[in-house]
Amino acid sequence: MTTVTVGRPPLERHLRDHRDQGRKALVPYVTAGVVPGWTGLVEALAAAGADAIEIGLPFSDPMLEGTTIQEASQRALEQGMTTERALAAVAELDLDIPLVVMTYSNLIRHRGAGVFCERLAGAGVSGLIPVDTPLDEASPLVAAARSQGIETVLIVAPSTPPDRIDAIARLGSGFVYASTVMGTTGERIVLGDQAADLATRVRAATDRPVLMGFGISGPETAAQAARHADGVIMGAAVMRRVLAGENADEVAGLVREVRTALDAIVEPHWP
Amino acid sequence: MTQTASVLADPGADGRFGAFGGRYVPEALIPACRTLEREFRSAWSDSAFREHLTRTLAVYAGRPTPVTPAARLSAELGVTVLLKREDLAHTGSHKINNVLGQALLAQRMGRTTLLAETGAGQHGVATATVGALLGLDVTVFMGAKDVERQALNVFRMELLGAKVVPVTAGSQTLADATSEAFRHWVGQSDTAHYCIGSVMGPHPYPWMVREFQRVIGEEARGQCAQLLPAGIPDVVVACVGGGSNAAGTFAGFVGTSARLVGVEAAGGAAIGNGSPGILHGFESYLLQDDDGQVLEAHSLSAGLDYPGVGPEHAHLADSGRATYVSADDDEVLAAMVKLARTEGILGALESCHAVAWVLRAAGTDELPTGSTVLVTLSGRGDKDAAQVRELLA
Repeated sequence: MTTVTVGRPPLERHLRDHRDQGRKALVPYVTAGVVPGWTGLVEALAAAGADAIEIGLPFSDPMLEGTTIQEASQRALEQGMTTERALAAVAELDLDIPLVVMTYSNLIRHRGAGVFCERLAGAGVSGLIPVDTPLDEASPLVAAARSQGIETVLIVAPSTPPDRIDAIARLGSGFVYASTVMGTTGERIVLGDQAADLATRVRAATDRPVLMGFGISGPETAAQAARHADGVIMGAAVMRRVLAGENADEVAGLVREVRTALDAIVEPHWP
Repeated sequence: MTQTASVLADPGADGRFGAFGGRYVPEALIPACRTLEREFRSAWSDSAFREHLTRTLAVYAGRPTPVTPAARLSAELGVTVLLKREDLAHTGSHKINNVLGQALLAQRMGRTTLLAETGAGQHGVATATVGALLGLDVTVFMGAKDVERQALNVFRMELLGAKVVPVTAGSQTLADATSEAFRHWVGQSDTAHYCIGSVMGPHPYPWMVREFQRVIGEEARGQCAQLLPAGIPDVVVACVGGGSNAAGTFAGFVGTSARLVGVEAAGGAAIGNGSPGILHGFESYLLQDDDGQVLEAHSLSAGLDYPGVGPEHAHLADSGRATYVSADDDEVLAAMVKLARTEGILGALESCHAVAWVLRAAGTDELPTGSTVLVTLSGRGDKDAAQVRELLA
C-alpha cells in the first residue's frame, strides 16, 4: 500500500493562507464507512470546494452527537467499519487539502495516543479533533500528536470562560473549533446570538483560525456563522443527505451552494 | 497502609483514583462539572447541609437500615452471614442515599430539574421519588428494552410525576440511556442537574456518589462491632454494576483488615473481562472489542447491564485492596431462591450476585468454615418477581 502524504498541507498553515486571502474556510464532515463508497464522497466534496475535510471515525457511544451523526456512526459500524479500515482508506485518497480526523477518546486510548497518532500520520491525516478530550485531559495527547506532526484541534463552547478559551487556543493548533450552541451536533434553522458572541470572544483571544460548527444546515446558516468566524464545519447536513440515499454528486451540490454563499461574504482582511 | 489512605482520599482536582477516573466530557460540560465539584465541596464541608441530609435519610428514607444475622443460612453454610439491609430503605434499594444527597445539592445550587438514567428502574424510581419530595421536575432516560422489561417501574416513575424517555439508539439499554442523558444535560446544564446513579461519570461524580453511599459502610461497621466478637467481619462482599453500593460499603471497611470482594455479573464483568478504556466521562475498565468499540453487557439483572465499572473499583482491583469475581445467571437465580427460603428475604437479582458468591465460597479457602461475612443486600427483589417467575417456569 502506498501512503499518500505529499500534497496535503499542514492544517493551520492552509487555513491561515485562506484567511489571508479573504476566503472563508469550508470543512464538510463525513463519517468513515457510512456508505460503501464513502471515500468517493470525500473526493466529491473536495472537488466541490471544501478547504479541508473532517472524517469521523465511528464510535459505538458518541455522546456529543445528535441523532443524524449517531445514526451515521451506527450504520458505519454495522457495515464493519473500523479505525484500521478507515485509516487505510484515507491513506489511499489523493487529495491536496488537509484531512482532519474526529473521534472519541476511547478509540485513541485503546491503541495508546502514540500509536494512534502514528497511524494518523501514516494515513496522511493533518489534524485530530478529540471531541470528548477536554483541555484538562488533552496534554499527553497533544504531545503525542505533535511528535507525529499532527495538529490537535480543541473545541470551545458558549459556556467556556475567557481564561479557558486562552488556554485552549494555546494548547490546541490547526484551528479553534467553536461550537455554536450548548447542545449536540445537528442542523439548526438560525444560529443564536451566543454563536456570534463566542466567535468574537475567541477571535479576540487568539490569532489561530476560528471555525464554527454545530448547527450549520446550509448556505444561510453557514453565511451567518462565517460573518463572525474564519469558516464553518458542516456535519449533520451532509450526513442527513447521505443517510437519505443521495449520491456523492447530489451531496456535493450542497457543498457547492455553501461555497458560493461563503465566497459572497466580503470581509476586510482580518484582523 | 498507604494504599488505603489513597483509596479513601479526595481524588483531587483531576478526579483520579490511581490511573482511573478523570473528566472526559465535551468542552460544553466542563463548566457544569467544575461548578458541581465546587458546590459539592462546599456542601460536604457544611455541617448544616450534612445534618439536613442525615435527618432526611432518617425520617424519610428509613436509615439506619439494620444488619440482619442470617441465622439459618449461616447454620447451613458454616459461616456467619450478616446482611446489610438496603432493601429496607425507602424505594427498596440503596439508590435513595445518593439521590437524596444529589437532589439536596441540586436544590442548594438553584437547579429546578433532575435528569437521570436508569437500567432496572431503581435509580429512576428513587430520583422520581425525591423529585416529588423536593418539588423538582424529573426526566428519566431509559433504554427502550428496559422500558419493556421493567414496565412496573416505569409506571411507578410516572405515578410519581416523572417523565420517562425511552431511548431507542444502540442496544437500547443502560449505556444508551446514559449517553442520551448526557446529551440532554449539555443543553440544560444551567437549570438541570444530572443525577448520575452510580460511582461513574466525570469527576466529581464517582467521588461524590461514593461519599453519599458511604453511609452504608459506616453504619454497617458500627453494627458489626455490636454483632461480631471480632468487631469486624472477615470478608465484606457486595455486587458491582457501576458499583455504588459496593463503593459505599467498602468505604466503611477499607481501613480495616476485612477482605473486600466485589461480585460482577458474568456477562457484564468489566473488571473480570474488560480492559482500560474511556466511556461516559471517565477512564476505567470497560468491555470493548479489538477496535475499542464498547460491547453490550448481558445480565439477567438490568441493574448490572453496564459495560463499565466505577473508576475507584478499577483502582481497588489494580492495587489489590479488593478482589473482583463474577457470578453467572444460574447461580444468581439459585441464590435468590435460597435466600428467600432460608431467611424470608427476597433480594434483588443484583444483590443476589453477592449472595451467590457467598454460597459458592463458603467452606473454601475464600470463605473458610467459621469465618464471618457481611453481604450488602443492595435492594429488594419485588421488581424482579415477574421476570424470575418466567425464568423458573
